[in-house]
Amino acid sequence: MRLDVERVRKDFPILQQKSHGKPLVFLDSAASAQKPQAVIDAVSEFYSRSYANVHRGVYELSLRATEVLENARRKVASFIGGEERETIFVRNATEAINLVAHSWGRQNVSRGDEILITHMEHHANIVPWQLLCEEVGARLVVAPIDDRGQLDLHAFEALLSPRTRLAAVCHVSNTLGTVNPVAELARLTHACGARLLVDGAQAVPHQRVDVHGLDCDFYAFSGHKLYGPSGIGVLWGRAELLESMPPFLGGGDMILSVSFEQTLYKEIPYKFEAGTPDIAGAAGLAAAVDYLENLSLEAISRHEHDLLEYATARLASVPGLRILGSAVPKAAVISFVLAGVHPHDIGTILDQQGIAIRTGHHCTQPLMQRLGVPATARASFAIYNTREDADALVEAVETAREMFA
Amino acid sequence: MNPELRELYQSVILDHNKQPRNFGELPEANGRAEGHNPLCGDHLSVAVRIEEDRLLAIAFEGQGCAISTASASLMSEAVKGLPVSEVRGLFERFHKLVTSDPMQESASQGLGKLEVFSGVREFPIRVKCATLGWHTLQSALSDGDSVSTE
Repeated sequence: MRLDVERVRKDFPILQQKSHGKPLVFLDSAASAQKPQAVIDAVSEFYSRSYANVHRGVYELSLRATEVLENARRKVASFIGGEERETIFVRNATEAINLVAHSWGRQNVSRGDEILITHMEHHANIVPWQLLCEEVGARLVVAPIDDRGQLDLHAFEALLSPRTRLAAVCHVSNTLGTVNPVAELARLTHACGARLLVDGAQAVPHQRVDVHGLDCDFYAFSGHKLYGPSGIGVLWGRAELLESMPPFLGGGDMILSVSFEQTLYKEIPYKFEAGTPDIAGAAGLAAAVDYLENLSLEAISRHEHDLLEYATARLASVPGLRILGSAVPKAAVISFVLAGVHPHDIGTILDQQGIAIRTGHHCTQPLMQRLGVPATARASFAIYNTREDADALVEAVETAREMFA
Repeated sequence: MNPELRELYQSVILDHNKQPRNFGELPEANGRAEGHNPLCGDHLSVAVRIEEDRLLAIAFEGQGCAISTASASLMSEAVKGLPVSEVRGLFERFHKLVTSDPMQESASQGLGKLEVFSGVREFPIRVKCATLGWHTLQSALSDGDSVSTE
């Protein structure tokens, strides 16, 4: 099946507008993806017809809202090959990782233990572990990457030790596009008795993810990068781990009974969902999952890979332009620098041509230091991008180069 | 290229970006500060030599976009030799220039070469770039250590 991009583009109302008088070329989906009409409608319909609080009321609307939430959980769980009770709704990938750091981390990591991350992690997969390490007196260990932006597997294996309690790695690097061999990392990590958490925020929109095939222990992602609403995310965890973990946030909806002497918690996943959840966000996320399944994840991967190869070849022909990250395999994310032109200036010049890219450190400051650059320009491609978008990008980069020549 | 861009990246700015003036170390400095713009990763340090309340020498170093580099460069030329008390007033007028309504020109008149930054007001996100050097200079004058424009 081939992706019919022209049809896809019609599904995204935001793409129909102009920016600075030019057709909008949106190349920042790695930061957050735009929303198809189906997602917007699902949220709006839910508020228009089925809204009430969940898991409480005996009246029809509340039951319907509960059904919307649980139906979304079912869809999302099957989307990643997990079970419903292993699928926890959170705000975003950041919150999912913080949940594990607080709950599992405080229970399982103590003085002298180690947590292994990689040099390409997003701040969201660094800072929660730093906080945990500071609190319990554990050590944060960083696995190096090579100049192509690929994880050094031998070093990763060598840094795993009996002291390692957890390895936390991104599935796909948000800055370099590097796709990490998660199944292999799971094998190595489990072989030394540690657990593996995967930050999948950049992976789920682009390729089929199967948490059991990957054999990881936790998998975190955001809804907003998956063409869903902002404000909802997912933590998937192995049932036996989630069951043994203490709650993260306390409050309503996560309890069986409360007295001032003792509180009994609900079963998973509800134990980890205190307070009224983002029900409308869940409705939108379910619609996003349906939308992507209809397009076929395989067709999406092929389409984006074609754009990656095309844009990489075209950008490489610009004099003075250097692409950072040439891992194999690689997702459709291209970070680059241009001799004599700061990324921030590139961003402003491209914006004036209606082209939205991200510039800066991409919440990966340690990676920027490793690459020896203060910042990069980053173009990321999604289901609604075309070769014409890549052409517009290259042309605008040429303009920037000529301006600063 | 559209007129707003041409206004932002005037030839003076492009020239100062390529060949920043007073760029480098200042061994005789008696005031220093570091400035960061976390949004874009810009980082610069400003060193000053003050004698009898006069800014005798100034130098800056670091990495930044064209706007922040050229602004620090033109700033260094504009403030060299000024009484310290006048630097703050100059910064206030410069700040007005890059943020204010173009209809109210009066505030920014008489800024000389610094007026090339008037195009920045069309790009609010870039105001922090244009003022990073100035904020850092202020900190250096009060011998602070680090400022951030976020």
